[in-house]
Amino acid sequence: MREISLHLLDIAENSAAAGAHNVRVAVTEDLRADQLTACVQDDGCGMNAETLKQVLDPFYTSRSSRKVGLGLPLLKAAAEMAGGGLTIESTPGAGTRVEVIFQHSHLDRMPLGDLGCSFLTLLVAHPEIHWHFSHQMLQTDGKSHDFNFDDHALKNELGDIPLTEPEVLAYLRGLFQF
Amino acid sequence: MPAIKSLEELKRVREEALQKRLLKNAPGEAQVIIAMGTCGIAAGARDVMKSVLSYLETNQVSGVTVSQTGCIGLCDHEPILQVALGGQPKVTYGDVTPSLAEHILREHVQNGHILSEHTLTV
Repeated sequence: MREISLHLLDIAENSAAAGAHNVRVAVTEDLRADQLTACVQDDGCGMNAETLKQVLDPFYTSRSSRKVGLGLPLLKAAAEMAGGGLTIESTPGAGTRVEVIFQHSHLDRMPLGDLGCSFLTLLVAHPEIHWHFSHQMLQTDGKSHDFNFDDHALKNELGDIPLTEPEVLAYLRGLFQF
Repeated sequence: MPAIKSLEELKRVREEALQKRLLKNAPGEAQVIIAMGTCGIAAGARDVMKSVLSYLETNQVSGVTVSQTGCIGLCDHEPILQVALGGQPKVTYGDVTPSLAEHILREHVQNGHILSEHTLTV
């Protein structure tokens, strides 16, 4: 995977598979601290200490359909190659938080990519989950550009109208800007 | 079509969609399922999703459900897209590109013709 936003989609899919009801995906680009931080936090089933130790092993997977799971170990390696790292905290029954940090200006840092497309994919594919997406950009001059989206108001308004109705999709595309 | 700018406009869209639904009263609901495991995402499932959503929007196709599934064990044929029409059995397509996804929506989802040269046996 060549984009941070694809990895975030992958991690958030794990949250969905963990039965999460609320998932927060947050990206912060802090140009003053020269850091790109991305975080996925859920209230899914969580992992015990033993599983937590194994998830960063490329030859471990919880799935039964094949024998390797490469999502997290590859992202960890990519972050470490770009002056950062990856941490996972998890509590069984309470949820999981994955945070990945990159040196923003590092030559080997993969691009953030199409974050809006990852957000839209998650929102549409998992209508049962309450999503919160954010992207914050802190410029070197101290100015900040913030994008914040909580699907609560949208879903309240739509009621039982699916997110895949053409007019709703046009609205979402504008919102996520692509 | 003008883009929706506010939640107020969404209210109007919701009423219109309700009307359309009443007219259609869909007995044969169409469902499009995209495999979104790590293998699917790495192979381009997000671009397939983008293509599906953009097709529905551009062609004003109403009443199609889009959902996802995890890895179904056919990683070397990702991206995988499945179509379920009404009560018919699910059809699985492999090695789906964004343009093939559009083709599947037009021919299979809208016109009911299965593209058998692109299907997988699950």
